[in-house]
Amino acid sequence: MKNFIRKFYYGDIPEEKAGGGSYQTINDTANWPLWEVFIRSKQGLDHKHAGSLHAADAQMAIENARDVYTRRMEGVSIWVVESKYITASNPEEAGELYEPAVDKIYRHPTFYQLPDEVNHM
Amino acid sequence: MPVQDFEQLFQKKIDNEVKIEPKDWMPDAYRKTNIRQISQHAHSEIVGMLPEGNWISRAPSLKRKAILIAKVQDEAGHGLYLYSAAETLGMSREEMINDLHSGKAKYSSIFNYPTLTWADMGAVGWLVDGAAILNQVMLCRTSYGPYARAMVRICKEESFHQRQGFETLLVLSRGTDEQKAMCQDAINRWWWPSLMMFGPKDSESTNSDQSMKWKIKRKTNDELRQQFIDMAAEQVKVLGMTLPDEKLKWNAERKHYDFGEIDWNEFWNVVKGNGPCNKQRLEARRKAHEEGQWVREAAMAFAEKRRSKQKAA
Repeated sequence: MKNFIRKFYYGDIPEEKAGGGSYQTINDTANWPLWEVFIRSKQGLDHKHAGSLHAADAQMAIENARDVYTRRMEGVSIWVVESKYITASNPEEAGELYEPAVDKIYRHPTFYQLPDEVNHM
Repeated sequence: MPVQDFEQLFQKKIDNEVKIEPKDWMPDAYRKTNIRQISQHAHSEIVGMLPEGNWISRAPSLKRKAILIAKVQDEAGHGLYLYSAAETLGMSREEMINDLHSGKAKYSSIFNYPTLTWADMGAVGWLVDGAAILNQVMLCRTSYGPYARAMVRICKEESFHQRQGFETLLVLSRGTDEQKAMCQDAINRWWWPSLMMFGPKDSESTNSDQSMKWKIKRKTNDELRQQFIDMAAEQVKVLGMTLPDEKLKWNAERKHYDFGEIDWNEFWNVVKGNGPCNKQRLEARRKAHEEGQWVREAAMAFAEKRRSKQKAA
């Protein structure tokens, strides 16, 4: 048996130890879509991505987000958007995409050397 | 670019502590390992609600009942954070749930032990959540971004779980002789299974540990277990109770507690499905899922109806 023991930890049982039952799983006909949740933690701050969840519609997504992400008063406002409507940049194109900003260090205040008397500017 | 180059770039990112995000290139094995680990972790949170749910209607006071409900609700939330993190790797929620229900996927074997008395709620909070927290604190720095972020959120919420557990035991430890005995009995039953939560001994590891190289994990089983034992051995003194291990003794040279041998046969037996409650836990999950099906369908139908009404208006 020793040969099969791999170093693993809480919540990580290796595949060869996983079982397989005869239980016939039900086919869910109701697959609720995935929603991304954004929370404003207090007035004056931006909404920030908190996570995602499944819900049948937008209103239910907000109610679920309330229960999942604001159990300890983490928010005063919630946005939800169905995940499929989010367009994301491609990480493989990150080089080209952000290249134009790389050599423009004069856009930073620290680029300019000023005498001490006015350096708080 | 050949795959080796991608792998080198990937490992370089890991070595430089750059987090891996869902759309980044990653080796298949990294994706698979994360899906397995995160989904098992999620299942553990969900099944972990069952032994505690057993005591919600039997809690000794309204205060304890409210606390227990809040804790169980947290576990549900933690399961959801983790399922979402696993979904970013391309496995659907439905697939994960089906794997749990068919017995293909596993969850932490600690939840296959029964909660026999009210003191068990204290011991579970102190020992089981305590052991889980050590793992979870480590996992806040895991290399896969969504997993790490879920862990940060979970850790913030989890410390209340351990504190309320210890406090529950503290109250019992200052109570009647019967309550004291109940407290000690719960500690006796939960101590060894809690130590098993950290997994097999490092020396029994035959494979080189890819998970450490990929920084999915950052501490070995034995390191975490020792850390846990050192903490618990001191904390138990506050309760005026003892841990059920005759060999437990401070080793001044190692600056750690020495401890006795863990019964690994028991551990593997429970993993394989022969623990005291394996069958009961899975049956409870399946029943809940099957009986909830009409609710899920009704919610979809209602959402559809609302959509068509809005269109008409």
